[in-house]
Amino acid sequence: MSIATKEVTELLSLNRFEVDEVSAHIVLDKEICRNCVEKPCLIVCPAGLYKLDKTGEISFDYAGCLECGTCRVMCKNKGIIKWEYPQGGFGVHFRYG
Amino acid sequence: MGEEEKFETIIVGAGPAGIACAYTLAKKGKSVLVIERGSNAGSKNVTGGRLYTYALEILEPGIWKEAALERKVTHERTIILQGDNALNIEYYNPSFNRDDRMPVAYTILRGAFDEWFAARAEEMGAIVACGVKVDGLIQKDGKVVGVKCGEDDMLADIVVAADGVNSLIAQEAGIIPDISAHSIGIGVKEVIELPAPVIEERFNLKDGEGTACMLLGCTEGIHGGGFLYTNKESISLGCVFTPEEAAQNKKPIHKIFQNVKMLPAVNELITGGQTVEYSAHLVSERGYRGIPESIFKNGLLLVGDAAGLVVNMGYSIRGMDLAILSGIAAARAILNEDRIELVGPVYYQELEQLIMPTMKALDGYTDLLAIPRIYANYPAFALDLCQQVYHITGEVPRKIKDEARAVLKNNNLSIWNLIKDGLRGYRSI
Repeated sequence: MSIATKEVTELLSLNRFEVDEVSAHIVLDKEICRNCVEKPCLIVCPAGLYKLDKTGEISFDYAGCLECGTCRVMCKNKGIIKWEYPQGGFGVHFRYG
Repeated sequence: MGEEEKFETIIVGAGPAGIACAYTLAKKGKSVLVIERGSNAGSKNVTGGRLYTYALEILEPGIWKEAALERKVTHERTIILQGDNALNIEYYNPSFNRDDRMPVAYTILRGAFDEWFAARAEEMGAIVACGVKVDGLIQKDGKVVGVKCGEDDMLADIVVAADGVNSLIAQEAGIIPDISAHSIGIGVKEVIELPAPVIEERFNLKDGEGTACMLLGCTEGIHGGGFLYTNKESISLGCVFTPEEAAQNKKPIHKIFQNVKMLPAVNELITGGQTVEYSAHLVSERGYRGIPESIFKNGLLLVGDAAGLVVNMGYSIRGMDLAILSGIAAARAILNEDRIELVGPVYYQELEQLIMPTMKALDGYTDLLAIPRIYANYPAFALDLCQQVYHITGEVPRKIKDEARAVLKNNNLSIWNLIKDGLRGYRSI
């Protein structure tokens, strides 16, 4: 049986991405994020790309971004200082959608 | 692209709204440029989903017959879930599959559909430039006169923002503020491949028929629900959540969704399948109330999701049909009004005819779906009651009304809740 609960990294590996190696389309101010109490990004990113390390620092791996915009909407303390769509032709490429 | 090139209309985004607009304008000989940031139309888009066919018919009679659609929706199913237990309700209407009639709705996948749709606009003479991102608007004296794409300035009489629910163009133009968290849902979806005969056997489908299915009670109490659509050779399975409640719930939404796949009533529908894609997209949840105060400004029109033209009725979310209609409305306004400053008001008048009556009529669903108990307590109540009714052990049964009262209490509900919510639901819709 091939249906199973999958880790989000495994799900993302099924997708096609054209990663822009030059520039990140989402950038955080890690000091603002460190002081953010709620950190909703850790819960609401459907790709699970926001991570909190042991030192309390938030990191975001833009390469697997599904470009949904949930983090942008939910980020209340404006730790996301840049949120753009990737450059034309880059980012996630849904084959089915 | 030269710096001085000018089009009559530039459309940002090659989704259904943008393409319907481009198609209508190009057909009448207007010069139209559609700019799409994905490397082909549809590559950034996600649907549940289904498309209500009538919208294509309004655009071009008969065009739906050749469209890249999946299955005719003949089976409408609701599955109410509580853990392992499930209550299935299915409405079947074979007349939706009659050769002499236009089916009400088709299941679709946006990759194939949007690419097909964009090609039709190109046939009419529109230029669809893919893999190009619009970085911003060009404004002059408070009027939108074009768009910036990297180093290039692209000028136009009218710019149409068809750039979706997270419309950075509309925000840049100052028409809409930042999206507020309570006005959207986040949808996640897996496309799961299965052979067509397996799908047909599993869902009791005849030739070309398909199932649209709503899942209730699978979001751990979070305002939201699941969906399942049968495509030709795959199943679209997903969930929509209110991100604010999800954040409070502290459980990542992809994890909740993964658990939905394993619920027996869901799992038996997808077992043996192969997940081939995982996607996510925002969806406007506010219906008529989510439409911005203004959906145009001098030289700029908002269409589709960018204009908040989405209605969530619980059992179905209508967005793509309204997107197509709004694209047509925008095109009609551009065609019928030569004075650029008046195109916006004329567009609004067109919408008043094509869309707004529907959106107003369905406005109450927003209130109905705001009842928190419908996402956990009521589904659990229904399933517990089924358990009592069907689980016969030989013991002397209680009267069903006593049973119902006990089950209500077990699920933190009261007769008063039922009356109040029933009345609220009735008044809403």
